[in-house]
Amino acid sequence: MIHPMLGEAWLAMGANRLRTALTMLGMVIGVGAVVIMMAIGQGAQYAVQQTISTMGSNLFIVLSGSFTTAGVRSGSAGAPTLNVADAQTIAELDGVVNVAPTHQGTRQLVYGSQNWSSQVIGTTPEYLDARAWSIVNGAGFGDSDVRSATRVAIIGKTVAENLFGDDDPVGKTMRIQQNPFIVIGVLGSKGQNLDGRDQDDTVIIPLTTAQRKVFGTPFLGSVRMIMVQAESAETMPRTMESVTSLLRQRHRLREGVPDDFFMRNLSAAAESEAETTRTMSILLGAIASISLLVGGIGIMNIMLVSVTERTREIGIRMAIGARQRDILSQFLLEAVMISFAGCLLGLLLGLAIALAINAFTGMVIVISGSAALIAFVVAAGVGIFFGWYPAQKAARLDPIEALRYQ
Amino acid sequence: MMQPVIRVAGLGKSYETAAGLFPALKGVDLDVRPGEFIAIMGPSGSGKSTFMNLLGCLDTPTVGDYFLAGENVAHMDKDALALLRNRTLGFVFQGFNLLPRMSLQDNVALPLVYAGVDRETRQAKARELLAKVGLGNYAESLPNRISGGQQQRVAIARALVNEPRLILADEPTGNLDSHTSEEIMRLFEELNGEGITIVLVTHEPDIAAHCKRQVRFLDGQIVSDQLTGDSA
Ligand SMILES: Nc1ncnc2c1ncn2[C@@H]1O[C@H](COP(=O)(O)OP(=O)(O)OP(=O)(O)O)[C@@H](O)[C@H]1O
Ligand SMILES: [Mg+2]
Repeated sequence: MIHPMLGEAWLAMGANRLRTALTMLGMVIGVGAVVIMMAIGQGAQYAVQQTISTMGSNLFIVLSGSFTTAGVRSGSAGAPTLNVADAQTIAELDGVVNVAPTHQGTRQLVYGSQNWSSQVIGTTPEYLDARAWSIVNGAGFGDSDVRSATRVAIIGKTVAENLFGDDDPVGKTMRIQQNPFIVIGVLGSKGQNLDGRDQDDTVIIPLTTAQRKVFGTPFLGSVRMIMVQAESAETMPRTMESVTSLLRQRHRLREGVPDDFFMRNLSAAAESEAETTRTMSILLGAIASISLLVGGIGIMNIMLVSVTERTREIGIRMAIGARQRDILSQFLLEAVMISFAGCLLGLLLGLAIALAINAFTGMVIVISGSAALIAFVVAAGVGIFFGWYPAQKAARLDPIEALRYQ
Repeated sequence: MMQPVIRVAGLGKSYETAAGLFPALKGVDLDVRPGEFIAIMGPSGSGKSTFMNLLGCLDTPTVGDYFLAGENVAHMDKDALALLRNRTLGFVFQGFNLLPRMSLQDNVALPLVYAGVDRETRQAKARELLAKVGLGNYAESLPNRISGGQQQRVAIARALVNEPRLILADEPTGNLDSHTSEEIMRLFEELNGEGITIVLVTHEPDIAAHCKRQVRFLDGQIVSDQLTGDSA
């Protein structure tokens, strides 16, 4: 029974090609929009998740702030308010797993005839532990390197590729600010961070070497930033509080005097970023579904017109023995076929556009089978839901009335 | 005596109009035996089409009983009526009523689709019937490519496709010239010769002359019922 009706539905769709195409277009745009939005939304979520997983867990940073001397506030360009001793005492607090004072800036790197500008981070060995950053080639530096300010460097993947090309960087000597550094290790890849910066475009050197040879800070022992890793997300607020009171005490800040440092909970920031992308992705999907709804209403509209136009045909079919359910399924099938064809085209269009977006902007997109499946189920649902009323209307026609219709 | 194909008793039909209920048919009794060939005549508005629509199971009576092949169809539901229209009788209209987008063969085969017959059988049967009505070479044509007389032949082929023993026709020659009308009537005579019962409505005495029995309507009632010519 279904087989000859498929052919008839096909004929009916072909009888008014432009109209069928325009009706389908509504579905094409609706499904296309849903596919694109879901690809982008899920892509954003995936990217954030990926970034969070590369960041290291339960991290917060203490940033050196301004301090006031006789009413003159020095900006961040002034002497840093934090120092290595601060970091060492923080390390002794309960609930602190790793502490890494850091000093960083952008510097030009030179190897042979190649040069490359990159972020240079001066820090202690704990930095890599806190960031859960592994060395894939060579080795890291130790506390003795920090104590004696040796000129060794660990480089990120991007630096290795751009400066050394196909050469093995380990054991080679490159220059930072005219100073020769021996590359002792290459870091595993982490990709972009939440701000979109390439984390692999990084050189890590001992803190003391950075201060003396690279950044040339006049205040030896002071640092702009201390990275702290807490035991767990639950103990993080308590740990941050004890760091605050410790630093206030060490900096001899009286009650009422503002902190001369800032703290930022990186993990919480990441979580809220993840939450934001989740919300955005739901919102995008919801907006896209509205166009799907509009497409469905388009189908209903056309099916109603079609039923009216074909009243006489319905009468003839009934006169020769079509039952109500035959007429119902005929029109329902037509609606579902339009919906399905529109859905298929929309799916292809959506995928093509999503892939194009990825190719031209580098935005992460995620195409999941479930999105395609949802689109198809929705299309069938839209076809049946919006096709039902017109089909029902057709099936309920009185044969005599329908035959008399001009 | 054989059981009548059609037995109508006290059949009435009233239409709801703006001016109230209008009785188009007022208590009609009629028996039609197998193999009969009946012309229904009468002035315009006398209720002939109303009566034919009831006989054709396209409409349901307000009062009375209608036994088709021994079964009372007066109170059957829509699907049961659809089944009767599909299998038990064939209806031929004044305006042919072919589906314009379909080939003649598909038009003829359509009742078989609703009967759930497979594709091969449908096509074979449709071609056989098109050949029978003299249009074997037009199977793939569209209805608007052939003349009115030919379209009516296709409509008759369609009415015959499920092998009903009864054909009902409401003014089948009303849209045709007298020469073509004669041809259509000869086809009906041929079918009647094969034992198919035929009831048709006509205004033309020439057409009615082909039939074996003439029933005359006036104001929703049968006023005369007589056998014609040689069969009398
Ligand atoms: N659906 C309807 N609603 C109201 N009145 C109707 C309806 N159908 C028919 N009638 C009326 O019923 C009466 C009988 O109509 P019917 O069509 O049966 O006549 P007829 O004998 O077939 O006439 P004709 O020879 O012109 O075809 C007419 O007066 C007509 O106006
Ligand atoms: Mg009439």
